[in-house]
Amino acid sequence: MKVSYFPGCTLKNKAKDLDAYAYKSAEALGVTLEEIENWQCCGGVFTTSKDEIATKLSSVRALKAANDKGQPLVSVCSACHNVIKQTNYAMQTDKDFAFKVNNYLKEDGPYNGETEVLHFLELLRDKIGFDTVKEKVVNSLKGKKIAAYYGCLLLRPGKVMRMDDPENPTIMEDLIKALGAEPVVFANRNECCGGYVSMESPALAAKKSNAVVENAKAKGADMIITACPLCRYNLVKNGADIPVVYFTELLAEALGVKEDNK
Amino acid sequence: MSHNSNLQDDIIRMSGVNPRKCMRCGKCSATCPAYDEMEYHPHQFVNMVENGDIEPLLKSESLYRCLSCFACIERCPRSVEPAKLVEAVRLAVIRQQGANRMKPEDVAAIADDETPQQLLVSAFRKYSK
Repeated sequence: MKVSYFPGCTLKNKAKDLDAYAYKSAEALGVTLEEIENWQCCGGVFTTSKDEIATKLSSVRALKAANDKGQPLVSVCSACHNVIKQTNYAMQTDKDFAFKVNNYLKEDGPYNGETEVLHFLELLRDKIGFDTVKEKVVNSLKGKKIAAYYGCLLLRPGKVMRMDDPENPTIMEDLIKALGAEPVVFANRNECCGGYVSMESPALAAKKSNAVVENAKAKGADMIITACPLCRYNLVKNGADIPVVYFTELLAEALGVKEDNK
Repeated sequence: MSHNSNLQDDIIRMSGVNPRKCMRCGKCSATCPAYDEMEYHPHQFVNMVENGDIEPLLKSESLYRCLSCFACIERCPRSVEPAKLVEAVRLAVIRQQGANRMKPEDVAAIADDETPQQLLVSAFRKYSK
């Protein structure tokens, strides 16, 4: 299976592991990630204001490119996925917005949100299947107690993202089970790490990040996984004393392709 | 209280929010992770926009404490979506000439070797035009 892939700015710089292990793991599972040509940064956050057009154009270009190839558009970074999915939803549901965007871009033919937008986790669950992932595991992670940290962007707004139940998700716990480990469910798993406020108000980000780590540890976790470079940064910077790793790294380890990477 | 009806109309149109749907349950503020840092809390944004009392919001640091985590959007039982109002008011401020909150020359002092690009682009999108 071939899918279009939007890596995003951070995955080519500070979060190279998230990207490289996604490629390795996808390959091991029979999926080829075809990087969108000339992709541009998604901007990191979706601007909800209806009169904001320019900041959403890079997402539309990527969506259109995937549509032209007849492929779903996959991303791994929580933020890229959130921005692209929310932009696609706006193209589907806000006719005024779609008209302005199409008229401005003048691509070959209009685009109205036809592309299927998938997070890598959804690719695993819905296209490959966790049962298949389980069969391909060569290094079982048995004995590890792993907390899945969703943060905000994977799940919300739930009516747009439609990945999972935004208040009681299971997709990452199901992946952890497929890899042989034990998932640790904790209350703060879908609460904010502080996000970009760490630029201006490090104390607020520290408070939020520490609450996440302490809660995961109190529930017995010896590791936290995430799909978001900013969540990982905030948790690690604020002194997480258990490993915080990208879910793709864990997947690559279980699939036996981790060592090929370094 | 000053009533600014033009700006009120702009904010409502930009956000797509109908503040009159609010039933004053306060769940948005109860779930807000930045509540303690805010002078005006999410439920107050809704109420003040409904009353056209926008001027105090324009000057408030609360605009820059919203984390865009979508918790209030998700958990509002009336689908009022308060964060969209916070964003519209913030844009009304930072779109003014010379009103950028964060400038490129500020970054060197704040960023470290591990700062992900995502943090920089997100902060610039939220704090600057």
